[in-house]
Amino acid sequence: MAPPVSLDTINPKVLECEYAVRGEIVTLAQRLQDELKAKPGSQPFDEILYCNIGNPQSLGQQPIAFFREVLALCDHPSILDKSETQGLFSADAIERAWQILDQIPGRATGAYSHSQGVKGLRDTIAAGIEARDGFPANPNDIFLTDGASPAVHMMMQLLIRSQKDGMLCPIPQYPLYSASIALHGGSLVPYYLDEATGWGLEISELKKQLEDAKSKGITVRALVVINPGNPTGQVLAEDNQRAIVEFCKQEGLVLLADEVYQENVYVPEKKFHSFKKIARSMGYYGECGKRGGYMEVTGFSPEVREQIYKVASVNLCSNISGQILASLVMSPPKVGDESYESYSAEKDGILSSLARRAKTLEDAFNNLEGVTCNKAEGAMYLFPRIRLPQKAIKAAEAAKKAPDAFYCQRLLNATGVVVVPGSGFGQVPGTWHFRCTILPQEDKIPAIVSRLTEFHKSFMDEFRD
Amino acid sequence: MAPKALDYESLNENMKKVQYAVRGELYLRASELQKEGKKIIFTNVGNPHALGQKPLTFPRQVVALCQAPFLLDDPNVGLIFPADAIARAKHYLSLTSGGLGAYSDSRGIPGIRKEVAEFIGRRDGYPSDPELIFLTDGASKGVMQILNTIIRGDGDGVLVPVPQYPLYSAAISLFGGSLVPYYLEETANWGLDINDLRHAVFQARSKGITVRAMVIINPGNPTGQCLSEANLREILHFCYQENLALLGDEVYQQNIYQDERPFISARKVLMDMGPPISKEIQLVSFHTVSKGYWGECGQRGGYFEMTNIPAQTVDEIYKVASISLSPNVPAQIFMGLMVNPPKPGDISYEQFIRESKGILESLRRRARIMTDGFNSCRNVVCNFTEGAMYSFPQIRLPPKAIEAAKKAGKVPDVFYCLKLLEATGISTVPGSGFGQKEGYLIFFFFTFFFFNFKHSPLLLFLFRSVSPGCSPGLWLLDGVVFAILYNLSSAALWDLSSDFEIGSSKLFLAEVLEAICYCILSDSSTH
Repeated sequence: MAPPVSLDTINPKVLECEYAVRGEIVTLAQRLQDELKAKPGSQPFDEILYCNIGNPQSLGQQPIAFFREVLALCDHPSILDKSETQGLFSADAIERAWQILDQIPGRATGAYSHSQGVKGLRDTIAAGIEARDGFPANPNDIFLTDGASPAVHMMMQLLIRSQKDGMLCPIPQYPLYSASIALHGGSLVPYYLDEATGWGLEISELKKQLEDAKSKGITVRALVVINPGNPTGQVLAEDNQRAIVEFCKQEGLVLLADEVYQENVYVPEKKFHSFKKIARSMGYYGECGKRGGYMEVTGFSPEVREQIYKVASVNLCSNISGQILASLVMSPPKVGDESYESYSAEKDGILSSLARRAKTLEDAFNNLEGVTCNKAEGAMYLFPRIRLPQKAIKAAEAAKKAPDAFYCQRLLNATGVVVVPGSGFGQVPGTWHFRCTILPQEDKIPAIVSRLTEFHKSFMDEFRD
Repeated sequence: MAPKALDYESLNENMKKVQYAVRGELYLRASELQKEGKKIIFTNVGNPHALGQKPLTFPRQVVALCQAPFLLDDPNVGLIFPADAIARAKHYLSLTSGGLGAYSDSRGIPGIRKEVAEFIGRRDGYPSDPELIFLTDGASKGVMQILNTIIRGDGDGVLVPVPQYPLYSAAISLFGGSLVPYYLEETANWGLDINDLRHAVFQARSKGITVRAMVIINPGNPTGQCLSEANLREILHFCYQENLALLGDEVYQQNIYQDERPFISARKVLMDMGPPISKEIQLVSFHTVSKGYWGECGQRGGYFEMTNIPAQTVDEIYKVASISLSPNVPAQIFMGLMVNPPKPGDISYEQFIRESKGILESLRRRARIMTDGFNSCRNVVCNFTEGAMYSFPQIRLPPKAIEAAKKAGKVPDVFYCLKLLEATGISTVPGSGFGQKEGYLIFFFFTFFFFNFKHSPLLLFLFRSVSPGCSPGLWLLDGVVFAILYNLSSAALWDLSSDFEIGSSKLFLAEVLEAICYCILSDSSTH
């Protein structure tokens, strides 16, 4: 009798979904890291550098002090009355903590909140959205979630009724989308971004894929757009965005706009304009571990919002600390506040450093034989295209790996740098890529560049046709 | 015009089937009334801090320091933080991969999972493997993950106790599975009869359902009963015979209010039973920082521990966890602190013990008060709350009330609870939200945190003198409750009471509340 919970008997949708960002290559890296710890000097590198995941603070980025001050005070409000606290915390952080605590019933940060998140915090976020966009936002349209993923899962659950329901997703895409579509039993309808034009999104491509899906009996329900892109980093032009919205209107599609990287734009000629948000945890604050995020859902009926609320309520609420952080991010220190200058300096420091690192790594990749790399206009990643010689492809086949996975594993073994093979994100068939974050500390970048360059040269020497 | 994707008709049917009464109709009505300015007492959910329970000091100190690690460098930090909190903050920060703002391992910080494993080992006397422990954003997420792994379609059934905490029914609906109910016997103290279980499985199978797993909630929610060791053995034998995975929801394991049946984990009993059973039964155990005497609901901290799950399945579960990258880090630290609290000799130990004992003893008293209170009312029967945080009294509604409910298009217990809410501001959850046996009239759900504890002899006197031997009108009770909670002066209370009238149609509600108030008031301990 097969045990109830074995590979043969578990939900097949679980088996089907994949998420390369923490997939095989990362498991390998962790093993190497353990080996390195047990036997220092056993590898041709001193440390594993995780460039697989947008996790800034794990690579030395410092948190924004003001945010952490407020969070600490909200976690332990009994010190707010003490005079010594004034000496340890800035005055505006103390004031903001009081403000936030007053918005939480009973000042109880350990209590379940309203299932959409504390009302006062949603008000703050709505005000922040309005300040950003110039259009009002309704706090009742906002659902605070434990990071972006639960929000995406909720929308997939809402929209996917069966395998006949399709979701248009960019290729390459952040694999949360492909994974959640598989998990909820839907179909992914790919639309290809054009690498030759800086990962451009063409409406004609959207139309083509939509018709293609329809002809296969798939009902396309939504369009996922990631702006700035992940892994591709492109920032959409305003007219492009307008055409996308038009397209969704015409075809009756829900627009799922993932705008988590809206604060990461590195090129002066492009500017971020929101569609509306799905969630955010990136930007210059990089507070991934807090799991703070929100989705703003607009343009739907009260009955539908009831359903979304209902599902949100089964989990009771998202973590309060994350909720507070989301509100801080949407209403940071202003000119004149005590913490404004230090906050501003921290933010500018981080953003300009990211822009520099993006450029340095982009140039480094472009200097490698057979490698081209589009500029990272935004987000936190580079997605270089590698042209692998036939010999390498054969060797990959023999090792039963996708060619880019084969390359990435070799890269890891030689340099300790962990990147994610492009097949984890999707790519035009026959092309190979990998995604590398721009997050290692600036002073480590030269060493990374030289190790990468050395590895690539020896790889090409080994497999050159 | 073709329906749009987010039109109501086009939504996923499974989502529409989901019901979660704990934050359903009653709660929404209560929130509406609150917005209108009415004072509402939320007794619908186990949310202790919302009703005045204070957080334990030590964990808050540690997490605050972890949030703002620059404090640790400040020479004055010792002025407001004790040395052991400072040391512990440094310890947890060293376990993270970049502080609280970095995604951790998708299973949770390895060092903290080790602490959880050690806790389980001490509790049960059997070692636990940290690799098989996953931290989650609250136990609910873990439950949902495991159920989603098990349920393939509506042909798959999961045994769930009735009454149950509606997370289970909601999750099963959402994932398209079938709920197979097994009824707990109210007259036997919400006991579990193996014959009922067999019957439930037989019925399900005869409908073509493959029963895959069984859920036990121990201590029970909403019922509060604590399973005996014998009971647990029976259940494990049953799962072994019927090839079921066992899901042990043990989130209330710290909330035990009687001494006859202390908490024993399903895992301990399983291990005690020895091979082959101890090596075969697939068990997943759940725990949380939201309950116990910690009550840190808002942090969203939980874990599940897997026993006898094949490695490949564990990999799949890991894979799905990794899609969400990582559980929130501050809550992971709360979990570490919960399983590894201050020890004798630590600077904060005395305070920690005093705070935790205070809460547990108070909960124990309230369990008694509420049970006695309900039992002294006419037409109300209430089993003793052996554990967890809830009273689940049975109320027999008069036929006229049932008629009125029908006319209003509502289930009788929903009707009752709505009336109670409108009249008194007390927000409860109707028993239909948890499931109940057919033929039973009503169950009624109350958390007993809500009476906050500043009653005076003067109020007691006032109450007795105003209601000599007859049921007071609801408005009077409303006023008394109001006064207890908000500590009105006796003069103000007299003002209120002079406006009261006695309404005969509301007598049955009044009786319930009268008894509760009486019992609360007669408890002379201070909190």
